[in-house]
Amino acid sequence: MSLLSVTRSSLAKDLRLEWRSKDALNAMLFFALLVVVIFSFSFEPSAEESRRIAGGLVWVAFLFAAVVALNQTWARELRNQVLDAYRVSPAPADALFLSKVLGNFLFVAVLELLMTPLFSVFFDLRALGATWQLLPVALFGTWALVVNGTFFAAVSLRTRSREIMLPLLLFPISVPALIAMVRATTLILTGEDSAFLPLVFLAVYDIVFTTVCLLLFETVLHAE
Amino acid sequence: MNFLYLAYGATWAIHIAYLVVLTSRAARLKKEVDDLKKD
Amino acid sequence: MKNAFMLLALGVFLLLSYGLYQGLVAAPTEATMGNVQRIFYYHLPSAILAFLCFTVNFLASVTYLMKRNARADALAVTTAEVGVVFCTVVLVTGPLWARPVWGIWWTWDARLTSTLLLWLIYVSYLMLRRFASGGQAPVLSSALAIFGFVDVGFVYMANRWFRTQHPQPVLFGAEGSGLDPSMRPALIWNLVAFTAYAALLVWIRYRMERARQELEQAHALAALAGGGR
Repeated sequence: MSLLSVTRSSLAKDLRLEWRSKDALNAMLFFALLVVVIFSFSFEPSAEESRRIAGGLVWVAFLFAAVVALNQTWARELRNQVLDAYRVSPAPADALFLSKVLGNFLFVAVLELLMTPLFSVFFDLRALGATWQLLPVALFGTWALVVNGTFFAAVSLRTRSREIMLPLLLFPISVPALIAMVRATTLILTGEDSAFLPLVFLAVYDIVFTTVCLLLFETVLHAE
Repeated sequence: MNFLYLAYGATWAIHIAYLVVLTSRAARLKKEVDDLKKD
Repeated sequence: MKNAFMLLALGVFLLLSYGLYQGLVAAPTEATMGNVQRIFYYHLPSAILAFLCFTVNFLASVTYLMKRNARADALAVTTAEVGVVFCTVVLVTGPLWARPVWGIWWTWDARLTSTLLLWLIYVSYLMLRRFASGGQAPVLSSALAIFGFVDVGFVYMANRWFRTQHPQPVLFGAEGSGLDPSMRPALIWNLVAFTAYAALLVWIRYRMERARQELEQAHALAALAGGGR
């Protein structure tokens, strides 16, 4: 069984399951919506101010919402001992991990696509810099959140009160990525400077942590 | 000057608090070991 | 064993007392900052020891993952805990020094932020150890330790590059390098004293962790024997 085919079939299974129930996506969307609404009640910024703070607000909202989906990732596999079956199967652990990361990436990307227009309406946002640059920021940023998130969801799965444990482990590790994402987004919105440096930083962060995740995932999966 | 004493005091407060925690944990551990030996 | 321990504890106590005397009395008063600068004699050794502990924790975690050695795991827990204690000291004495000298309690510069994040990561490490169920805790927390160690470099760079809009604290160059020679004895004595104290803490905590591991094993064996009946 090759890495690619196992990844593909596992991803297809997850997407099919999600398509039927839409549990994670619905919960995540509604959660993000609530965060946006609460933020707009808490702050009443002018268009100029909101350009400065929106980068932070958007990413914090996405981070919180992503945790909702990430917590569901492995919980599903616990029922009927699916995870134990994975452990004894010859399928490569990396394939399982990658399929989960890709699945979560798609969910969070859909969330971002639906939420960004809402954000720009509520906060009266219009980028002064090159708007298209928000796309690579979103891609790299989402990957950074999702790859570590999927890994730590697998870790917190083995603990008591696992739903609380995931953010406790994930947030400290995600801080540098969050700083870079917020910085890049703010630079693009205000058009002050090029967002090239934070983008490169995010790319390096992604590469390094994807490697660390892949190196350690099998160990964590087989932890007894 | 006050900040100096505050900082030194805080340092020792932290260390003493940790020592107290360690002692109580050691006592609990010792009790568990003794209980196991009795059985 | 008990006597040797008492002797060691006494020696550490004497060293710490002498360090206190050196820091408060023997060292000269700094020209611009005044007496407040003496916080330095506690602040810097604590920082060095916290970083040292976390480095040992990383090495022990890697060793555990490769060799599955229970001693390495015990050392990892121990150094994480002692490291958090010293890191707490750094984070408390730092603002108490910054307030009279810089006029602010806290600034989000690279070094301060990295230290805070280091503290957060290792507190989450200790929480994971507490919440993970039995036999899985060592593996899971070793993985987290590796993530944390890799993360710290990123935090430092992210803060240097992307958060520079905040005022940079004006410290006397690189810490230590600009230190007047007459202040060196106080720093060195305190460094020696706190290193000895940290070693003592690590030793005590390590022996406790080993005892706990043996206890756990004994319980497991007892359960197996009981189950056979």
